[in-house]
Amino acid sequence: MTRPTTLIFPLLAALAIPAAACAQGDGIPRTPSGRPDMNGLWQALGNAHWDIEPHAARPALAMQPGPVVAVPAGEVLALGAVGSVPPGYGVVEGGEIPYLPEALALRDENRELWLERDPEIRCYLPGVPRATYMPFPFQIFQSETKVFVAYEYASAMREVYLEDPGPPQVDSWMGQSVGRWEDDTFVVEVDGFNGQAWLDRAGNHHSAGLTVTERYTMIGPDHIMYEAELEDPATYSRPWTIRMPLYRNIDPNARLGQFKCVEFVEELMYGHLRKNPIRR
Amino acid sequence: MDIFARTRSAGRKARPHPAAPAGCAARGGHVATASALAPGPASPARMATLFVLAALATAPAALPATAQDEERETRDWVLPRTPAGHPDLQGNWTNATVTPIQRPEGQGPVHTWEEVAGIEGYLEEAKVDDYADSDPDREAPPVGGIFTGNPLFDAASGGTGGYNAFYIDAGERVAIFNGEPRTSLVVDPPNGRVPELSEEGRERFAERRSFRRQFGAYDNPENRPLAERCIMSFGSNGGPPMLPNYFYNNNYTIVQTPDHIMIMTEMVHDVRIIRMGEPKRLPPHIRPWMGDSWGRWEGDTLVVETTNLHPDQTLQGIPPSEDMKVVERFTRADENTINYEFTVEDPRMWSRPWSGEVPFTTLNGLVYEYACHEGNYALENVLRGARAQERR
Repeated sequence: MTRPTTLIFPLLAALAIPAAACAQGDGIPRTPSGRPDMNGLWQALGNAHWDIEPHAARPALAMQPGPVVAVPAGEVLALGAVGSVPPGYGVVEGGEIPYLPEALALRDENRELWLERDPEIRCYLPGVPRATYMPFPFQIFQSETKVFVAYEYASAMREVYLEDPGPPQVDSWMGQSVGRWEDDTFVVEVDGFNGQAWLDRAGNHHSAGLTVTERYTMIGPDHIMYEAELEDPATYSRPWTIRMPLYRNIDPNARLGQFKCVEFVEELMYGHLRKNPIRR
Repeated sequence: MDIFARTRSAGRKARPHPAAPAGCAARGGHVATASALAPGPASPARMATLFVLAALATAPAALPATAQDEERETRDWVLPRTPAGHPDLQGNWTNATVTPIQRPEGQGPVHTWEEVAGIEGYLEEAKVDDYADSDPDREAPPVGGIFTGNPLFDAASGGTGGYNAFYIDAGERVAIFNGEPRTSLVVDPPNGRVPELSEEGRERFAERRSFRRQFGAYDNPENRPLAERCIMSFGSNGGPPMLPNYFYNNNYTIVQTPDHIMIMTEMVHDVRIIRMGEPKRLPPHIRPWMGDSWGRWEGDTLVVETTNLHPDQTLQGIPPSEDMKVVERFTRADENTINYEFTVEDPRMWSRPWSGEVPFTTLNGLVYEYACHEGNYALENVLRGARAQERR
């Protein structure tokens, strides 16, 4: 150990004592300054990424009329059961998103035109809160001075500023995140959205005026209770909340993978512009 | 904002170095640069290198050293440490510089301070010039656009005036490493230039080239450069090794936890996750972009070894073999500098290992989202344009 370290250590240990002492016995890992330590690999379970509202299983997201009942649309037919939508009992507090009438109509239209409109199909950035419950893990990097979240899907990421830099200077897919601790809960205010992201694969949406207030509360060493309140007067009649647990991947060999899907969607997006388009 | 007008205005003026004798700039600088542009579109990085060459060729010999020397002096500074006792590398950093990756022929390894003042003064002046208001009574530009003579702008816009100084942040300073103003980022081989390929490397490179030559440059999206496809930044920004792109956004955020170092590259929002500890390597067939990086501390230096580099992630135009290893060393040098050293080892491609040194300096500002793919009209229109031309 070098000399400066030995000087710093006792100082930090002394600072950490009060917080650590009051948190004894809850099994929640703590940073040197006594905050809950959220470093690690996290993932939501369940089917919120298909549809955050309660929904029964259905044959596919894209459907077409059939002689008796609707059947999967031609574009997704070949996927069979892999393309089917699993059931989900919803993560929206109260069950339904309180859409304004026009916004609800747009949601239904989005759902109808899912193949054309869902940003995930084109590997676009997921936005917040959708990034949290995509069917991919994400990694939180938390130090004494910085918090940063890296998502496996589309190499999405965001820094959560611990000092408010003021109003967002540009609109963006992932927004501007500013975090603070309220006791043991990490509260993140996110705004500065460009309004192009969706909330799930079911056409649920918001405008550029969205503000998300996220609350990350560790409820054990390997669980975070995640809450996000969405306020967007242009889209919803009142603020509303989603809530779900996040699970730590406890496999010691687990790591955040790389899912740079940009290259995976080139055929979809640009295939028709090849010199010799591939026959389909 | 009339971007076109600004750039055109800038383009009208010849911009020889004020201290250069008449004709010198034309001979050593802009004319040579313009002819280098003529064969066709070139990468911004290459253009930037030419620009630096042009600047060097016209740098005066006897400008007095300026306040820049004093600015660079280190004040009383205590190496910040994390709670675990390691040097704290966190923050926003930039490796933008005008020092080229490879040393121009005929240069020594280190500039004089007079040369530094000349180069940096020239660039400052050029920037001021480019910000000047345009002439509202100007005539329409000729068919084919105007080449400004500044390769940074011309490479970006093909003479259409697409980018001016407002959009470009290519670096304004000579790279200072351990107090020395460097003429190249490559320091080994001692001539400051990347080595020859090995025999196997030449064969592999030839194979790759003959495979690629069966296609036209605009036949398929996969024939376009990674940066145009929004897959990786150009110029090895994401690394390793992490090199400046000589164009813009050479910005990084580092976050450090006890068991990880996260380095985010602004260009194409790439996150490099360096795992600390005994490497548990990925199987050889898994070769992600930016490879598989493992770190350890050697005293106060973070040492990172990366293998499993993606076969399409070329370095100076050369693809990595499955055996390529990059070793990087990060050392806090002063309050505003990380000394970044790297060595590329790949005997299947290169005849010998080669190394470089790059200063990463404090970025005083936030890093904003670089959502490249989401707004990538360029790739679609490049391909569409090629198809339209074929139909003519």
